[in-house]
Amino acid sequence: MLQSFIQNIFNALQWGSFYSLIALGYCLVYGVLLLINFAHGDIFMVGAYIAFYVCMLFLGKFGIIPGMPGWLVLALAVPLTMMLTAVVGVTLERVAYRPLRRKGVNRLYVVITALMCGLILEHANLALLGASRRSFPTLIPTTVYNIAGVNITNVKMGVILVAILAFFFLRFVVVKTKIGMAMRAISYDRFAVPLMGIPADSVIVFTFVLGSGFAGLAGLLFAVTYPVLDPYMGALIGWKAFIAAVVGGIGSIRGAFAGGFLLGFVEIMVVAFFPSTLRDLIAFTILLLILSVKPTGLFGVARRTKI
Amino acid sequence: MKKSLLGALALVLLTALPAFAADSIKLGFNIPMTGDIPDVGESSKNSAEMLKKKINDAGGIDIGGKKYTLDFVYEDNESKAESALSAARKLITQDKVLGIIGPQSSKQAVPAGEAANELKAPMISPWSTNPNTTKGRPFVFRGCFLDTFQGPVAAKFGTEEFGAKKAAVLYDIASDYPKGLSEDFKAAFEKINGPGSVVAFETFTTKDVDFSAQLTNIAKSGADVLFTPQYYNEVPLIVKQAKSMGFNKPVLGSDSWGSGDLMGLCGDDCKGLFFVTHYAAAGAKGKTKEFIDEYTKLYNKTPDDVAALTWDSINLMLDGVKRMGPITGDMEKDRDALRAAMTATKDFDGITGQMSFNPEGDHDPVKCAVVVKIDDEGKFGFYKSVCPN
Repeated sequence: MLQSFIQNIFNALQWGSFYSLIALGYCLVYGVLLLINFAHGDIFMVGAYIAFYVCMLFLGKFGIIPGMPGWLVLALAVPLTMMLTAVVGVTLERVAYRPLRRKGVNRLYVVITALMCGLILEHANLALLGASRRSFPTLIPTTVYNIAGVNITNVKMGVILVAILAFFFLRFVVVKTKIGMAMRAISYDRFAVPLMGIPADSVIVFTFVLGSGFAGLAGLLFAVTYPVLDPYMGALIGWKAFIAAVVGGIGSIRGAFAGGFLLGFVEIMVVAFFPSTLRDLIAFTILLLILSVKPTGLFGVARRTKI
Repeated sequence: MKKSLLGALALVLLTALPAFAADSIKLGFNIPMTGDIPDVGESSKNSAEMLKKKINDAGGIDIGGKKYTLDFVYEDNESKAESALSAARKLITQDKVLGIIGPQSSKQAVPAGEAANELKAPMISPWSTNPNTTKGRPFVFRGCFLDTFQGPVAAKFGTEEFGAKKAAVLYDIASDYPKGLSEDFKAAFEKINGPGSVVAFETFTTKDVDFSAQLTNIAKSGADVLFTPQYYNEVPLIVKQAKSMGFNKPVLGSDSWGSGDLMGLCGDDCKGLFFVTHYAAAGAKGKTKEFIDEYTKLYNKTPDDVAALTWDSINLMLDGVKRMGPITGDMEKDRDALRAAMTATKDFDGITGQMSFNPEGDHDPVKCAVVVKIDDEGKFGFYKSVCPN
């Protein structure tokens, strides 16, 4: 019983890591632009596909470059996937969100645009690559460590570690650096900041680079852990991560991190001790209760407007 | 002058046609040659053409001392229920076929079966596993076993092969096929090994990718075998995660494993596992091997289960034709005679196993299932056949 419980804590930490990494991206963009980037889940999906092609390239499957050992491929794939996914995120910002922002339209339209962008990414993928699923190659062989009856794999530890590191890194960037200060300033007053000589557009682009880069990282880790890719893989997990971010207090890095792990814990523990059909019912009832007690989320602060 | 010539020609044709028709047996095929699953239609037609050529080259089939050649009419149902319905009607009323083979998928076979039964024409669906296709329809037959049959077969195989006393099940509760199969497996396994012998009966929901909590319970339950009747996109995730949870016991599946690109997605992790299905190409013997070799030579590919089941279904219907007595030319009478003959099928020796129909009840064949072992090259090899008892 205790063993099962500890095992499930690790399961939940792993599952929660994905929610957290995606929720962090939602949170960054929302924090700066007050824009709910509904395309974020699909950027995560694109990240997984980019990771897939990057890995296949380095493994020598396309014949352009000779194959490399798995650990080296992984080491190269992490920065490359993050960069390429960031390019996708920034492209979305430039093509879809910035023109609307320039015209000064209501934020509601930008949110709808984000939803559409997500659908476009999904279906473009479906049209380009077809509905057949991809199998992500095994980069590092899974090793199972059995510690007092609890099974932990190297992949699982890696995922949890990366999620924690990502949190500390993002928190450091936002709280301790100058560009982080600029991000917070734009979030505070988007119209006054450019008057102070801060290039608002560059800061916004940087925000998208960070958010999408970490979505790409999440996509890569997800593909390593669950090596079957399909074009709709990002939709549901993206929405759930968004809810996690809201429960944590959207706009707060700590909130997104905590919210992601909270949702992961609730989901895994419900499945472990109740029939799985009750999972979403119980999980979202708990989240709803948290929101009704504290509408700004666990770590959120009250704002004037929200969508 | 011209008119009378045409009239004479028409007269000749009219008198010639029935004479010609009397010497041939006309069967209709209601198959998806376009639409979502054109491969299924192609496999069906390939099998049919191969069989037709084989029989006609040998001079046709012998009915009551008279030789009849085969005449096949192919009708495309576009893999749609409504088209399957109109195709069935057209074959029966316009083309005046003696019997129909197809449709293949349950989606089309259920409505087409209703039409065939109403118009009193024998129909056999080679591939449809949904019980409703034949339920309460004396004119409708099928060439494969039902979904419900696989659960008991898997339970029996798991008990005998692995000496399993305790079993675990993991399935998608939001999907009909795995849910039904899992419940059948549980009932059958507990019948053999006593109540409570299914120690973990875990569920998930469609589109889930993380099964760690369920597999934790399964690994801790002490089960000797895991039964998971899931599809090719979920099986790799389940198998890989089971291993990372320290579950190193055999995993057993159902015919849904055989569809799609299971090995492409699963790789080495699925090697050495078993699943229950209709037929296995690799490692086949005797008649089955002859069929596979001939088919491969003719079409340059290994026949899939649709091709094999279609081959058996046509033969099953022809077996009925041979036993139905002399052809009278009265469609209604002949069709009913064929139905009676097919119903009486006993120990028909097909390439997918022996088949018999129960004289009472629905026309679902009593036949053996094949257990496939995924070998070290990732091929689905014949392992053994398991029969109901």
